[in-house]
Amino acid sequence: MPESHGADRPELTYAVVTTGFDVVEKPLSAWEKFYNNGAARKVLLLAVLALLWEFYARWLNNPLLFPTFSETVKALFTSIASGEIPRAASYSIGMLLKGYVAGLLLAGVLTAFASAGRIGADLLETLTAMFNPLPSIALLPLALIWFGLGDGSVIFVLIHAVLWSVALNMHAGFRAVSPTLKMVGQNYGLSKPGYVIRILLPAAFPSILTGLKVGWAFAWRTLIAAELVFGVSSGSGGLGWYIFEQKNQLLIPNVFAGLLTVILFGLVVENLIFKTIENVTVRRWGMQT
Amino acid sequence: MSPLLRVEGVTLQYKTSDHIVTATWRVSFNVLQSDRFVILGPSGCGKSTILKAVGGYISPVEGSIFLSGTKVAAPGPDRVFVFQEFDQLLPWKTVKENITFALTSSGKLARREAGERAMHFIGKVKLTEFANSYPHTLSGGMKQRVAIARGMAMEPRILLMDEPFAALDALTRARMQEELLQLWVDTKFTVLFVTHSIPEAIRVGSRILLLSAHPGQVKAEIDSHGADGRETSEARIESMLFDHA
Repeated sequence: MPESHGADRPELTYAVVTTGFDVVEKPLSAWEKFYNNGAARKVLLLAVLALLWEFYARWLNNPLLFPTFSETVKALFTSIASGEIPRAASYSIGMLLKGYVAGLLLAGVLTAFASAGRIGADLLETLTAMFNPLPSIALLPLALIWFGLGDGSVIFVLIHAVLWSVALNMHAGFRAVSPTLKMVGQNYGLSKPGYVIRILLPAAFPSILTGLKVGWAFAWRTLIAAELVFGVSSGSGGLGWYIFEQKNQLLIPNVFAGLLTVILFGLVVENLIFKTIENVTVRRWGMQT
Repeated sequence: MSPLLRVEGVTLQYKTSDHIVTATWRVSFNVLQSDRFVILGPSGCGKSTILKAVGGYISPVEGSIFLSGTKVAAPGPDRVFVFQEFDQLLPWKTVKENITFALTSSGKLARREAGERAMHFIGKVKLTEFANSYPHTLSGGMKQRVAIARGMAMEPRILLMDEPFAALDALTRARMQEELLQLWVDTKFTVLFVTHSIPEAIRVGSRILLLSAHPGQVKAEIDSHGADGRETSEARIESMLFDHA
């Protein structure tokens, strides 16, 4: 016979209070707020690194090999004031934009082919497997023969740097769009282009953005390297050329200033432009945490 | 009264990587205006496949489907889907934008009226204070409510619901069934509802289609409330579905 289980255990009910808790919500301390701020943490790290640089360079005491941080900053400011670095930087950025945009357009075409059918997808996968591991700079000698000493060959090399990673990421993004979302999109009775632009593109945007970021980094690296190799065309050169030239004149602080500019531009694009795009799109939409 | 939706001898097949699978075999049924028509069956009976065929995503290999006398050929805004998955809302649009976008892109309404109608239906599913939230900030039940509001705002000829509450916890599910019935009392929309839960079929449906599995065939079509107004018992449906005779 089963015992009447728990007969000596009464049922319990409790009243739930709505006031009188110790802490429901309490603001964080100033230090905790600072520590939670990613930008503040990074600035602090940068300051420490700059300090280390300064001390090491002073201890080394060899400005020809390794100028101090303060000398570099001074060189940077004089070069900016003299207009040398702004000129070189704007030239480089102009080239970068041309190559980047052309690369993106081609990547779009390639992805459209790849999305249209199996042969297109095979083509994209094969081409990417072949060319993605190939450093763009390795094509520069060939490009110089084909397009001559000028913008054309640099842009060609830049397109190569951008195209494959962007196309690969775009394609992966389109393929990863959830079938449910695709069916929802079809349910609305949108036209074919409307469906692609208003459903597929935003749905694939996290991957596309990754592609844009990777592509931009490849392009910037490749551009500076290409300018270092031959740099000048029609009397104006970019940042790579500026670095090369200053080295030839043994103005090492200026070389450092040029490198610093390359880095700073990278930081700005990464932390201002791409971060902002991320914040107003994929993060806000909860597609990336 | 001529039926709103006629499904006539529909056989559906789909391909896997190495087989052709027959999901349903010569399924026929009629849905009348304002029916709450439930397709009930075990998994593998092709009930979701039937719903996708009515939605126009799959075409039958045999038989045909007519909506108000017109043959169904492609997806369209006169048959709006509510899916089981929580990711059926566009994550880059807020709750309100999700509904207005559906209304404007299907060409039903201009932007202004779309906004008004969206707010009306958001109110009906009790989400007014979340109108400007993005879907990822909502709970599963709230997302399904938005999807239902979107479906109803589109005012389709027929609402197609594919196990919309299956991914919800039992308490939320019971409340959603209640709310759906309340909405139906308000607007008397026609809904084709797929489920594998017998209690849900009895609660939600007015008419129930029982399917057998592998491939799906119609076993019976019954009313969820008998002539005496009493609910059909779960045991009766169970014995009809799995008769061991």
